[in-house]
Amino acid sequence: MTFDQIFVLSTGLAAIAWINWYFFAAGRRKAAVAAGTGQAIEIVVDGGYDPSSIRLAHGRPASLVFDRRETSSCSDELVIPDLGVRRFLPAGKRTTVELPPTLARGEHEFTCGMGMMRGRLIVE
Amino acid sequence: MTETATAEHERLAFPVTGMTCAACQGRVQRTLEKTPGVLDASVNLMTGTATVTYDPAAVTPAALVDTVRDTGYGAELPAEEASAAEEQLAHDAAQESEYRGLRTKAVVTLVAAALAMVLSMPLMTAQHHGAAADPLMQLAMRYLGGPLADAAPWLYGAPRGLLTGVLLAMTAGVLLWSGRHFFTRAWKAFRHHSADMNTLIAVGTGAATLYSVGATLFPGWLLARGVSPDVYYEAVIFIIGLVLTGNALEARAKRQTSSAIRGLISLQPDTARVLREGIEAEIPVSALAHGDIVVVRPGERVPVDGTIVHGSGAVDESMLTGESVPVAKAVGHRAIGGTVNRAGSFRIRATALGAESTLARIVTLMREAQGSRAPIQHLADRISAVFVPVVISIAIAAFVAWYLLAGAAGPALAAAVSVLIIACPCAMGLAVPTAVMVATGRGAALGVLIKGGEALERAGRLDTVVLDKTGTVTEGRPAVTDLLPAPGVSDEALLFEAASVERGSEHPLADAVVQAARGRGIALEDAAGFVAVPGRGVRGRVRGADVAVGSRSWLRDAGVETDGFAPDEARLAAEGKTPVYVARDGALRGLLAVADPIRASSRSAIARLRRLGLDVVLLTGDARATAEAVGREVGIERVVAETLPEGKVAEVKRLQAAGHVVAMVGDGVNDAPALAQADLGIAVGGGSDIAVDAGDVTLVRPDLQGAARAVELSRRTMRTIRQNLFWAFAYNVVGIPIAAGVLYPAFGVLLSPVLASAAMALSSVSVVSNSLRLRRARIA
Repeated sequence: MTFDQIFVLSTGLAAIAWINWYFFAAGRRKAAVAAGTGQAIEIVVDGGYDPSSIRLAHGRPASLVFDRRETSSCSDELVIPDLGVRRFLPAGKRTTVELPPTLARGEHEFTCGMGMMRGRLIVE
Repeated sequence: MTETATAEHERLAFPVTGMTCAACQGRVQRTLEKTPGVLDASVNLMTGTATVTYDPAAVTPAALVDTVRDTGYGAELPAEEASAAEEQLAHDAAQESEYRGLRTKAVVTLVAAALAMVLSMPLMTAQHHGAAADPLMQLAMRYLGGPLADAAPWLYGAPRGLLTGVLLAMTAGVLLWSGRHFFTRAWKAFRHHSADMNTLIAVGTGAATLYSVGATLFPGWLLARGVSPDVYYEAVIFIIGLVLTGNALEARAKRQTSSAIRGLISLQPDTARVLREGIEAEIPVSALAHGDIVVVRPGERVPVDGTIVHGSGAVDESMLTGESVPVAKAVGHRAIGGTVNRAGSFRIRATALGAESTLARIVTLMREAQGSRAPIQHLADRISAVFVPVVISIAIAAFVAWYLLAGAAGPALAAAVSVLIIACPCAMGLAVPTAVMVATGRGAALGVLIKGGEALERAGRLDTVVLDKTGTVTEGRPAVTDLLPAPGVSDEALLFEAASVERGSEHPLADAVVQAARGRGIALEDAAGFVAVPGRGVRGRVRGADVAVGSRSWLRDAGVETDGFAPDEARLAAEGKTPVYVARDGALRGLLAVADPIRASSRSAIARLRRLGLDVVLLTGDARATAEAVGREVGIERVVAETLPEGKVAEVKRLQAAGHVVAMVGDGVNDAPALAQADLGIAVGGGSDIAVDAGDVTLVRPDLQGAARAVELSRRTMRTIRQNLFWAFAYNVVGIPIAAGVLYPAFGVLLSPVLASAAMALSSVSVVSNSLRLRRARIA
């Protein structure tokens, strides 16, 4: 093996390792906690949901305020399958989605219309 | 946004402006908390909202807003939540503008790509172009190279530096204008530790561009290192152009998946002709009030739900129920907003407006259905979550393998870029939701409202259908079916005497007798001295004679001779009909038979369900003889009779325990527990009263054919979903290795990045198009 070959091989392996670490391991961030009795939390929609994990207290109503800061059609709909919610999020606007206090304990996913962008609600 | 938190308390969230710090937040919150009638208040500085739980009897939303304003901060009453229809229209407008934008970018970029291809040809003859190995470019060279050299010889004389410089400028233009969003979106996703289609396009075209720029600016340095200074500009422009074309086609097709909802929304007229203080005036529908009298002329659309108070008409309800024959409507009947009055004219009293109208509830239900997720999607979800990073890893591995085995950077780069470009996560993401959207829309057009992906999936797996008898297989309203007068008595006389007495009774059978008399235009008289004997019959004096109407045993006990009708009674009972005897002054006048008539469509619908391979069971609280008679009539062998309402649930459970996937078809009110227990609850609507919320599937029309349609549509949809998923998986599983070059050692087949981008664009478009085929699926 020449130096070039060794260089390409080791760089390639390192790149693969880094990509898998970055997208699968490093992405696990702590869930944000919705505050107040009203449990309101703002989620920025811009190529993803930020924060993407939201902790809610069981038995209390909550409001998710989606602030959509992009025009990409990927994020123009919000789907919460467990609640049968499909909402249009107008670009450049805030859209409030009210969650009922009856939302069951456990994890509930929310995604974009085609399921490419995801977030989760953790009710506990 | 007001919602009921408990019976007495309401919750209001409204925007508060001007807060800059935690102290401001605390001040607003304390002020609200101290306001009488407020039970709880929380103010969020981040979102600029106050959420208040309050007692509506003590304080109004407007007062709460004023309270906040008094503290020096701004506050507004929240806007009414957009109705489903408005939301859909806003979404449509956004989709339309996206489609137009993509189309323009795609066309311009493809023109630029053609130009770039021409400029690249002289470079290829100069042997300084990696794409010369690209099968697509080779083809273009063979057929276009000669004529081009003849037509524009100066192009071949141009210095290499000039050509690559122009190509670099064109590529920069394309990347900055039409392809920019791939990069910005990829970057945004990257920051969230996620990756999508944009990531693949951006990394693929980005790598090719960087390499080409290096070859343009430092060809000597690359040559000195034994690397050929190839440029791939035309491939980059082509890829962007083709992907944009695919995106534009996909956007257009996606728009079509919601065309059914758009169609329903467009049914709602904007104005209504209202009659106020004797004057007809045309006003916006939004300005109508409950109880307004609305005039509907021939050919007009009924603007709101209402009850006809004057006139009559023939109303075409096909757009909501799928029923093609116009329905005759007279005073007392309900008309549904959005339907068309084909003939006659009438006035209605508005009963349900805005979000409560039938049309609005159907639209809301459909949007919710489309928001639901089918369980079959879980697999696609799991794969798409890891898809892009895995594909990037494969691309890197392909580059390394090619570099080590072929010893050249050019083909290695082409293979890596092809892998990135051909991979299509979109096809997987679109496979299920587009089919669910089209299917629920198609269902609505057929008068079958399906609650969502899960309901579709279960409907596709059914093997047993349990039918409630009363109101589902039958009309649910008893009617007189036979008249057997004694010798010398006319039908009319028999009906007159029976109905005049029965008029005083509230028994359902009595109502059937009265309706039969009215139907023949017989004028009834009041019976004097009316007496009802529960479970036996009624008696009273009609025109001075003592008339008794009731069971045979009751009349026989009163000394009436009834034996002459014994054979008739036996026959009627075998047909599932209830005999009613009529006597006047102790002499028998004849016999009436009352039964719940079977709906005209039931027999053929049940035959259709059986042809679909379903076991059909009839379930009823009626006596065994009646139930079996109905079963024979409609072609059902398995009859479960004399069940109590709880017994229906038990019967469904029993079938489920035996391993069957059971649908229960019933009226949504009495059968609600059994509908809930069944794997699929199919609620049968009662004519104009559409019970939109009952069941997993609601049949807008009281017609069992709808149940068969629901099953057929669901099976078709599941087939489409499986095709889509298979195609999306197979495409990637086959395409990615070919792009990586696994076929090269054996067959010499190598995919060009440009062909890869065309395949990728086609793959997502074909999935959406396959879903759209459901719109035309043959379902009678």
